[in-house]
Amino acid sequence: MKRILAWFESRLSLRDSVGPMLMHPIPRGAAGPMGWFYVFGSASMTLLFLQIFTGILLALVYVPTASQAYESLVYMNYQQPLGWFLRSLHYWSGSAMVFMVMVHMVQVYLHGAYKYPRELNWLTGVGLLLLTLGMAFTGQVLRWDADAYWGLGVGASMAGRVPLLGPAIVDLMLGGPIIGADSLSRFFALHVFVIPGMLLGLLGVHLWLVIKRGVSAPPAPGKVVDPRTYQEDYEAELHKEGVPFFGEALLKDALFSSLTVIFVTVLAAVAGPKGPGALPEPALLGADPKPDWPFWWLFALLSLSPPAVETFIMLVFPVVLIAMLLLVPFISNRGERAPSRRPVAVMSVIVIVTVLAILTYYGDAEPWSPHMSAWSGDVMPINLVKKGTPLQMQGMLVFQNKQCRNCHALEGIGGRRGPDLTDVGIRLTRDQLIDQISNGTPGGGNMPAYGKQMNPAEMSAVVDFLGSLRPSGQAPAEPAAIGKP
Amino acid sequence: MSHSPTQTPAPAEPGRRNFLQWITFAVGAVAAAVVAVPIVGYFAGALRKGKVKQVNLGPLASFPVNETRLVTFNSQLGQPWDGMAAHMGVYVRNLGKDTHQKDQILVFAMNCAHLGCPVTWFPQSGLFMCPCHGGVYYENGDHASGPPPRGLFKIPPQLKDGELWIDAPFLPTLQNTFEKPAKV
Repeated sequence: MKRILAWFESRLSLRDSVGPMLMHPIPRGAAGPMGWFYVFGSASMTLLFLQIFTGILLALVYVPTASQAYESLVYMNYQQPLGWFLRSLHYWSGSAMVFMVMVHMVQVYLHGAYKYPRELNWLTGVGLLLLTLGMAFTGQVLRWDADAYWGLGVGASMAGRVPLLGPAIVDLMLGGPIIGADSLSRFFALHVFVIPGMLLGLLGVHLWLVIKRGVSAPPAPGKVVDPRTYQEDYEAELHKEGVPFFGEALLKDALFSSLTVIFVTVLAAVAGPKGPGALPEPALLGADPKPDWPFWWLFALLSLSPPAVETFIMLVFPVVLIAMLLLVPFISNRGERAPSRRPVAVMSVIVIVTVLAILTYYGDAEPWSPHMSAWSGDVMPINLVKKGTPLQMQGMLVFQNKQCRNCHALEGIGGRRGPDLTDVGIRLTRDQLIDQISNGTPGGGNMPAYGKQMNPAEMSAVVDFLGSLRPSGQAPAEPAAIGKP
Repeated sequence: MSHSPTQTPAPAEPGRRNFLQWITFAVGAVAAAVVAVPIVGYFAGALRKGKVKQVNLGPLASFPVNETRLVTFNSQLGQPWDGMAAHMGVYVRNLGKDTHQKDQILVFAMNCAHLGCPVTWFPQSGLFMCPCHGGVYYENGDHASGPPPRGLFKIPPQLKDGELWIDAPFLPTLQNTFEKPAKV
């Protein structure tokens, strides 16, 4: 046995090359209890390998062609043994990877580990984050359902707004004049060849930097980074009390990664695969495409932004955001690393995470989308019906039949694009109601002008109905009293 | 290059070495070009305008005057293996004859002018509504409310022997519509 190993070693010379990498010393602190903060990067990498593995398995059955992709996904869900589980695992482990990469990034930021001399680690890390998000987006397209189809439509419509180049970008993105087979093949190539290749290449550079620049010691208040002395101090510390990476640190990584894999597997088994959703058939209408969760915050930001600035937010804002991320290690390159001495850094993390969480919540709730079937499907609250006069009942019908309900809820049921009208009677007078309905929001805002969409009888019925919408005992809205001259 | 003087034998034959370097660059550039040109050409093939495909929407007589109808068809603009993604539709509104006895027809792409989602026609209120961000249009395609920066995309109708035809619609975007001649 020993002789066989020696035979290989004499040819591969691993002891001189890989050996030092595994045994490279890391700061003692990073191997201690603080070492638990260092596990997120390796867990992200573990999930990447799980993604590659499950992705290859999915590719054995998935048909990357517009006419068959949906069927092959349904086949996997219901007929291919454990196909549902592999699809589920690929989705949930991919989601976990996005999450883990972000956690890793926050940890690195809070511990100031991106400061001198690890600027390149941060830059490659930003690249890895973007590529991971790229995988999430392209992967969603491969789930060739209505969300994928119309998601491409939305993406193309945004790209089409690029000055001058827009139409060409749309054609290159879709691979032709319509969303179809060529579009799917393109995103398949991106998801399966291009982005994974870039991801692995950049990961190689990232790991090379981790080994060459070494793992940063856990931050200590008062221990500042000074580019003139940092390298010397770091090496002296390693020399004095460094411990090999191949030891307790690796054990922590391995344990956490294993727990992550178990968690993801259980999650996949319990939660099941995502989609495919509605058929990717444009003639079916009614689609309301929603991106996967990593993009909900952006989705919400775009949807909530006023039309006047949304082209800017679509096209320029992402560039600004990426540029800001890339600039981080150059804006604060030295000084304190401990979070307790970096209130601005801690504060920005809290603010950014809170903003992202709120936007993500809104992205999931989509209050800006009308409910297209509310007019025909949502019930009229019973107590409104019970106290309604015949004219008001007529108004209810008008309210439903003119699709008002698609945007206006009653007692919380219905669309949420416009205000809930449950007690509009105490807010608007009869004249104000007529004005609002006839003219909509002035200047083409959120509500269309219904003046020509209703006849006078319908208008008086719906106004009578809306005026009656008041909590019991509350007086109707009255015109402001005008003082007598 | 300059940092390896020890390996360079005395510059006895600078001419030959320079020549080899020069020829390597040149041949390398040619190699890159002969590979790159067809690759770029292949990739840019998506920009090429294919042949115009016509779609028959049916006899004009089948469209009642002053009503809006969704007509669905299988687009031939893409690939034969597009599957159901090719099954799309347009809205047709027959406005009847004008004072010169000429038929007035409106054909709208189904895509919202905001971000391309499919609008739904509601005859009860006479409005097109978009499910994504609440863009609303009037029956003539004009913008009524919501975020769209313009009205619905109009497709020029063609009448041949009483049949309504259009050029199969591509995915319209703000700078690439059916109203102006095809883009560059």
